[in-house]
Amino acid sequence: MWEQITALFTVGLFQNTIRNATPVILAALGGLFTEHAGIMNIGMEGMILGGAFVAVVFSFTFASAPMGVLFAVLIGIIIGLFFALFVVKLKSDEFIIGMTLNTFSAGLTVYLLRTVFHQTGSWVSTDIKGLPPIDIPVIKDIPLLGDILSGYSIFVYISWVLVFLVWVFLYRTPYGFWMRASGEHPEALETAGIDPVKMKVLSSVLCGIFCGLSGAHLALGYLNCFAEGMSASRGFIAFACVVFGMANPPKVFGAALLFGFLQALAIRLQSVGIPSDLTEAVPYLATVLMLVYITVRGANKKRNRAKKAMAVQAAEEG
Amino acid sequence: MQDSIIKFENITMQFPGVLANDNVSFDIKQGEVFALVGENGAGKSTLMNVLYGINTPTAGNVYIKGKKMEKFHPSEAIACGVGMVHQHFMLVPSFTVAQNIALSKEPRKSKIFYDLKAAEKATSDLVEDYGLVVDPKAVVEEISVGLQQRVEILKTLYRGADILILDEPTAVLTPQETEELFDVIRRIVKEKNMTVIIITHKLNEVMAISDRVGVMRKGKLVGVENTKDVNERILASMMVGRDVLLGKVNKTGTPGDVKIEVKDLHVTDNRGLLAVKGVDLNVRAGEILGVAAIEGNGQSELLEAITGLRDIEAGEVYIEGTKINGMDPGQIRHLGLAHIPEDRIATGVSVQSDITDNLIIGKETRPEFSKYKLQLKKSTIVRYANEIFEKFDMRGAGVDTKVGSLSGGNMQKVVVAREFSFNTPVLIIAQPTRGVDVGAIEFIHQCIIDKRNEGCAIILVSADLDEVFRLSDRIITMYEGKITGEFAEGEIDKMGISYYMTGDRSNEAGGEA
Repeated sequence: MWEQITALFTVGLFQNTIRNATPVILAALGGLFTEHAGIMNIGMEGMILGGAFVAVVFSFTFASAPMGVLFAVLIGIIIGLFFALFVVKLKSDEFIIGMTLNTFSAGLTVYLLRTVFHQTGSWVSTDIKGLPPIDIPVIKDIPLLGDILSGYSIFVYISWVLVFLVWVFLYRTPYGFWMRASGEHPEALETAGIDPVKMKVLSSVLCGIFCGLSGAHLALGYLNCFAEGMSASRGFIAFACVVFGMANPPKVFGAALLFGFLQALAIRLQSVGIPSDLTEAVPYLATVLMLVYITVRGANKKRNRAKKAMAVQAAEEG
Repeated sequence: MQDSIIKFENITMQFPGVLANDNVSFDIKQGEVFALVGENGAGKSTLMNVLYGINTPTAGNVYIKGKKMEKFHPSEAIACGVGMVHQHFMLVPSFTVAQNIALSKEPRKSKIFYDLKAAEKATSDLVEDYGLVVDPKAVVEEISVGLQQRVEILKTLYRGADILILDEPTAVLTPQETEELFDVIRRIVKEKNMTVIIITHKLNEVMAISDRVGVMRKGKLVGVENTKDVNERILASMMVGRDVLLGKVNKTGTPGDVKIEVKDLHVTDNRGLLAVKGVDLNVRAGEILGVAAIEGNGQSELLEAITGLRDIEAGEVYIEGTKINGMDPGQIRHLGLAHIPEDRIATGVSVQSDITDNLIIGKETRPEFSKYKLQLKKSTIVRYANEIFEKFDMRGAGVDTKVGSLSGGNMQKVVVAREFSFNTPVLIIAQPTRGVDVGAIEFIHQCIIDKRNEGCAIILVSADLDEVFRLSDRIITMYEGKITGEFAEGEIDKMGISYYMTGDRSNEAGGEA
């Protein structure tokens, strides 16, 4: 039994952790902006899928991965503006628009894939250029750690840097303060002379860009293909990570890594003979448990504080 | 002091269905304290929102320091030196004092980064300069309402305001905090040559602080007077067009049996902190117990515990002799309790529904209104609603009007009408006349007194001390979740009671300050 357990923890497990976590990290960082701007954004799923599809199409058309990424970012901006138009400008229900975006994106990508590119299921072609893996000098030569940390597409490293940059933006620039104020107390921002609508739109566009990158990485980061529904709930998991990480960039990063680890573990568990139907549920089950944990912890905190307050009072009087 | 600094010229503001300002023209002079008074819905706030650029007037012009306003956007008003402290504070709860003060005008380093240290420095400089003491690093949601108001004033000063608009600034303050605010106003007018406009409906404050006073009624300006030439009675009759200074109420009967009994009650607030810390009280039939306390001292949580809206952590509550611990609000109501909640929009009415539906909430399954609790008897309900509607005189509406579009006074009448028609022996009443015009206040007070004289046991919580004093047979004060004093009617005055509302005085000799 012990041998079986240690056998699970291979270099490949940690490599997979990082691979699985990266699209979620990128999308969750995007979701941080909308979360802080007071928008409940469940449309990330559709944003990722759109980004992945467009990245593949333009990587194929120009036979260039950077062009694919560029257009994925562009479609991210367009979807972000579209989302903002309905949710922020026209004040529609954010839940419905998010859901619409997800179903629309799923349907349109399949439609275009079949009618324009005559592919069904997945689209693989040597003309779809992927992003080359990058070796980090020095680190790649460290045994074990080198294998775990080096040799991924550029987006993996970008996502790590972005965690820090997003934190700086939100907590160390005036724009970050405005964005947080636009979510927490929009009237306060408005009477201070800044239009909260602009900050909300900006948050939505930034979210679109990050989700576009997430999609591009998903499609061009290692497999170089597009598959129908390839976002596979990563948008929803990213949303769960934003909530679980209390919209704090490093904590959200940690939550996404945890998710990536669980997904990698699920795959490894298959290799030791546990049915895949069961193991594939692990990440989703973990998401549910995360949210339950947050709720229970919140309730407990409240109860403990009450007990403490009563004890302090009793001591004072006693 | 005599130069005109602001000029309103024929301002008309038409909202859908409401003419909020009707051809208003007057001047405000440099260096004066100008009070703008009027009943709720008289158009005071609308006019000030025009000045601050939140509303664009349908017609008319505003000149600030001789410059005509063009865009009607807050940034334009701010640029002209106008600062506004809104009735509901415009502060971001999770930001610090300094971060709120600097919002939108953040000091920067390297052009894009926020210089947090410089913001704190600028705040402490302002604090020193104007003597408005507050900690720049404190988080806004953790400081008192009085301090939050200071932050709001500092915020306008940080933006270089020399014209300060205060919208109902004393509504949330204790008498002592009000005095402090007035000291600040006098100081900034005298030492910094600022102009202050104060919106209020408290006439004693107008007399205490203002140089001139403008009275509005139904969107029109009734007149502008020098404060020293008028008195409260004159202003009141200008406001309502008739003499309505509230007189004494007529109480009859003697208290009967104990109907509400609370023993060593402990309740927590939403944050899980103890908000009610060992409260004991009882109320007899035919008696009104007034609770005088500054907002956030446990009075809301006390009422929520009694009405079953909030869990009881420890202690007991008895309604008509039955212990209600663990019961839900519906069960408690069945024991014979009705409740006028403090926030009528959140918990008092359904704003989406019409007056008729709101009036029968809670009675819809009674045999007179429904067949087998399944089919509503529409015509009976409408007849019943019309009857109450007539009795409560909800002018300007019909029984099919959506409650959300009613004025504060009429909306409150809907709540009062519904709750009082349950004919329960116990009434829990919170803020019955908050944001309600003078005419409706008189009506609602009379309803409460009638209930008392019929033999109801009533707990009344109100932020309006005049109301507590006018209606109560007994008054208790609460401070930080504890009862700090109990007084029979006539035993104490308003200044005296505010002493007990601001601290636990049980260990101090002397009593009144």
